[in-house]
Amino acid sequence: MTPNGASGRRPDGAAFIIALALIGLGALLIWDGARIPDKAGYSGVGPGDVPKLIGYVLVLLGIGTGIEGWRNPGPKRPKQHPVPLLWLLGGMVVMVASIHSIGFVLGATILFTCAAAAFGERRFHVAIPSGLVLGLFIYAVFDVLLQLNLPAGPIEMAIFGR
Amino acid sequence: MDTFSFLLQGLATAFEPIMLLYALIGVTLGTAVGVLPGIGPALTVALLLPVTYGLDAAGSLIMFAGIYYGGMYGGSTTSILLNTPGESASVITALEGNKMARAGRGGPALATAAIGSFVAGLIATLLLAFLAPHVVKLALVFGPREYFALMVLAFVTVSAAFGESAIKGLVSLFIGLALAMVGIDQLTGQTRLAFGVPQLLDGIEVTTLAVAMFALGEALFVAAQGPGNDGAVLAIKGRVKMTAQDWSRSWKAWLRGTGIGFPIGSMPAGGADIASFLSYATERNLTKHPEEFGKGAIEGVAGPEAANNAAAAGTLVPLLTLGLPTTATAAIMLAGFQQFGLQPGPLLFATAPDLVWGLIASLLVANVMLLVLNLPLIRFWILLLKIPQPWLYGGILVFATLGTLGVNPSPVELTMLVLFGTLGYLMRLYGYPIAPVVVGLILGPMAEQQLRRALSISQGDPMTLVQSPIAAVLLALAAVALILPMILRARGRGDVLAQVGQAED
Repeated sequence: MTPNGASGRRPDGAAFIIALALIGLGALLIWDGARIPDKAGYSGVGPGDVPKLIGYVLVLLGIGTGIEGWRNPGPKRPKQHPVPLLWLLGGMVVMVASIHSIGFVLGATILFTCAAAAFGERRFHVAIPSGLVLGLFIYAVFDVLLQLNLPAGPIEMAIFGR
Repeated sequence: MDTFSFLLQGLATAFEPIMLLYALIGVTLGTAVGVLPGIGPALTVALLLPVTYGLDAAGSLIMFAGIYYGGMYGGSTTSILLNTPGESASVITALEGNKMARAGRGGPALATAAIGSFVAGLIATLLLAFLAPHVVKLALVFGPREYFALMVLAFVTVSAAFGESAIKGLVSLFIGLALAMVGIDQLTGQTRLAFGVPQLLDGIEVTTLAVAMFALGEALFVAAQGPGNDGAVLAIKGRVKMTAQDWSRSWKAWLRGTGIGFPIGSMPAGGADIASFLSYATERNLTKHPEEFGKGAIEGVAGPEAANNAAAAGTLVPLLTLGLPTTATAAIMLAGFQQFGLQPGPLLFATAPDLVWGLIASLLVANVMLLVLNLPLIRFWILLLKIPQPWLYGGILVFATLGTLGVNPSPVELTMLVLFGTLGYLMRLYGYPIAPVVVGLILGPMAEQQLRRALSISQGDPMTLVQSPIAAVLLALAAVALILPMILRARGRGDVLAQVGQAED
């Protein structure tokens, strides 16, 4: 994606955090694999052994990432804008938390509006009705016609009766 | 019966009106997602998996294959007119194609891309039809250890052989493998890594992971780059057709691209992007007009576009005959087969010949449809590029949610969507490839099963894995594919590999 180069900060802090995360994930797999009773049978490889193996490799890869980050820091990453990220993630989280009580259509409206805002469309009087229409359209096609079971809320009850 | 009569039978299936409709929907959607930057065929098939659950199996699979082929056609349009590849296999097309469009030769560039895709798709699909029965015969002698070795080879080529760094590819692969361990072990029924959450017992859904990583991860990444990275769409000047000179320069490049693309796609050696890159390098070495390369040489569009379509057809060889996906799109198509209770592999040719040959034959039909969609109707697709970014991504995310809700409308599933989406964003930010995660999630449990079966047969003797010549050769190839690129990178030749390794779809 971006060319290699020694232009990055030294030591590369991100590489160490990634390394720690990988070692943590590996340790989790090893711990869970070790917890499983040994039912290896004929093969000598039980249900816990492959997770343990993957865990060990992840720990090794974590150590490798750490060493790589020390010796050869990654390229300088482009500046990330936090506001659009917050809009988008916020929209996702609100939608996930509320969709089972407010229904698919309103959940989709919230997500659509927040996503549009994240990409620079802040005219909410345009975005909200558009999201509402899109949500209604998808619900009508996929729930009513294609029998996909989408969460229903007050709007769905009022319009589609279910 | 021989291949020819099977293919004729398949054509009879493919020409049923309902199958034609499925193929048309598939190629139309495929072209659309190919044209739109930010969504590729892998994501689209993933989104459609839950929707097609209640539909006809053969029709749905024909639709998925149409999406795959269509994505390869559509991607070139965006590369040429916008200089932003519509999907990863068209990265190379942008090099020469966009220069041609800037020089007012966008029409011939689009034409050579579409006709080249057609020629390559047609030849490669016929090769697929005639090669598949032979691979099936070979696959019948494969036991668990050969399958395991084949999967190891696929793991290495998908993750470590290409790209900026082997360690990043391997990290992605092992994250996928770790996620694949969640749920109930298929051989013993032992629960693993579920932490008492009942929704995790079924494992992590491929759809959820693919949608989160490809759609949400990509959207987060694009949004975080801030406003103002919208490129201007170049208008097509003149007609979308080629002069006699364009034809004479293109047709050899099409055939060479096909010759490069099909073998690369059909071996577990990576996907369409690698094929298109190699084709570009070949054309640059063979051209009689080296001064035009970098300024808009038509061979540089014709070859790679043919190569990526041929590779897409080639990918179907291991997928259909061995059940082995070698790209993210193929991995998700495998999930599509499994959704209908079908396991691709040698047996499928015996148990469901109508379906397999109907699928192969409908690819020929799809190719003809795509030529019509992409030559006379090209101006219609360009309108898609005028959709403003906020509406485009808003719509993609709503559909992404729909895909996940369709699989499993539980809050746990949606939470995973958000978590994996964030992971996908971080992986993009730090240069980790996405495709190995998806391939690892799907192939991981299969590889584990084959390994344990092979060791059961040998009563726990690990030497059995290298005692069959086929398995030994495959594992040796995997070792070469892992080590050789590391040596190349260590000697400073890694930039070529980095350019190739942008595999997303």
